[in-house]
Amino acid sequence: MIEVRDLHKSFGKLEVLKGISTRIDKGEVVVIIGPSGSGKSTFLRCLNLLERPNRGEIKIEGKSLMDPCTDINKIRQDVGMVFQHFNLFPHKTVIENITLAPVKVRGVNPKEAQERAMELLNRVGLAGKAGCYPSSLSGGQKQRVAIARALAMNPKVMLFDEPTSALDPEMIKEVLDVMKDLAAEGMTMVVVTHEMGFAREVGDRVMFMDEGMIVEEGRPEEIFERPQNQRTREFLSKIL
Amino acid sequence: MTNLDFTIVLPYINLFFRGALTAVEITLLAVLIGIFIGTFVGMGKMSRVLILKLICSTYVEIIRGTPLLVQLLIFYFGLPQILGFTIPEFPAAVLALGINSGGYVAEIVRGGILAVDRGQMEAARSLGMSHAQAMRYIILPQAFKKMIPPLGNEFVTLLKNSSLATTIGFQELTRAAQIVAGSTYRPFEPYITAAAFYLIMTLGFSWILGVLERRLAAGD
Repeated sequence: MIEVRDLHKSFGKLEVLKGISTRIDKGEVVVIIGPSGSGKSTFLRCLNLLERPNRGEIKIEGKSLMDPCTDINKIRQDVGMVFQHFNLFPHKTVIENITLAPVKVRGVNPKEAQERAMELLNRVGLAGKAGCYPSSLSGGQKQRVAIARALAMNPKVMLFDEPTSALDPEMIKEVLDVMKDLAAEGMTMVVVTHEMGFAREVGDRVMFMDEGMIVEEGRPEEIFERPQNQRTREFLSKIL
Repeated sequence: MTNLDFTIVLPYINLFFRGALTAVEITLLAVLIGIFIGTFVGMGKMSRVLILKLICSTYVEIIRGTPLLVQLLIFYFGLPQILGFTIPEFPAAVLALGINSGGYVAEIVRGGILAVDRGQMEAARSLGMSHAQAMRYIILPQAFKKMIPPLGNEFVTLLKNSSLATTIGFQELTRAAQIVAGSTYRPFEPYITAAAFYLIMTLGFSWILGVLERRLAAGD
């Protein structure tokens, strides 16, 4: 579903990604872990071109993101993204946050979009908040709305960029639970996170990144129980 | 002090009211033109198209780097020499003030857009919106909220600057004071009256603006 080949990205002189190659299959949940500054968020943001790679190739369902003829807006419609800081639209109500893109971008009729939005809000347990503004929600609630907003576009893959890092500890679970449900339903997911419990339990594959490279990847139990690489071992010993 | 007599302006008070009304008219129209120009120029200054950026920056620099009075004189007295026809006082004043205001509003617009969190654009784009859609539905509405206080200042400044239209012989509030001063031979009272009119208008407007700001802040 997603193919990445020899991806390089620099910010000025700083080389953040030094040749990433991998593939993500349909229905797979890939969890990316690694120390801060390892390039994991940058890698994720390259997958919907929020960052433009300097070289390499990304293909989503066979379509090249690096090809100048590709309509990136079209591709992004199928790639949902959830951000660390939620990035809800503060001037729109919860339901407007969710219906805006389907109506304006996909051209769904407003009534249908409303119904679908309510369905999604039910699913993330926030149907009662439809008419509220984001400022009145807790962090966990904001993030659940953000997930619903991304899902409203019926994406084929969901990217999560440290979705629980900005949350108070007691709110992390409610967001992770939503993500678990999503994984159980077969959604293709790429998740950058520090939640090792989630990685172990939900991940089909764990990818350890350090200094702009994929150091090691494999099934969660392999990475967590029998890490092969010295750097992986060091990282895991620090956080587990 | 003993010879002060404000009753002398009373026979002319309608002149002051008409002048005040005209000042508000000029200002409102000029601000509308200013916002229209400023929105495009402000966004133009942030454009990635170099030539557009250059044109818009130059416009802002010229407007902000030259006195409004001179701009007004160029518009009313200078342009007819080139155009071959005169622009009547009212449109000349409105256009000159509006074009001037556009330069300042451009900076206000730019500041407002830059003040919107970068994540908003990213979130909008990640949902598949084009840059233009993201601007229209997400960035500009939020930027506009942030622009209201400085736009209010701009309105107050423009209201006061409308007094410069006197120099092209336009009948507004300051001109009314001049006329009364001329016909009564008492300049102090009419000019103080004019000043009081300006003050009441600017204070009143600032109050309305404060209410508006609180209303909008409630939505956040």
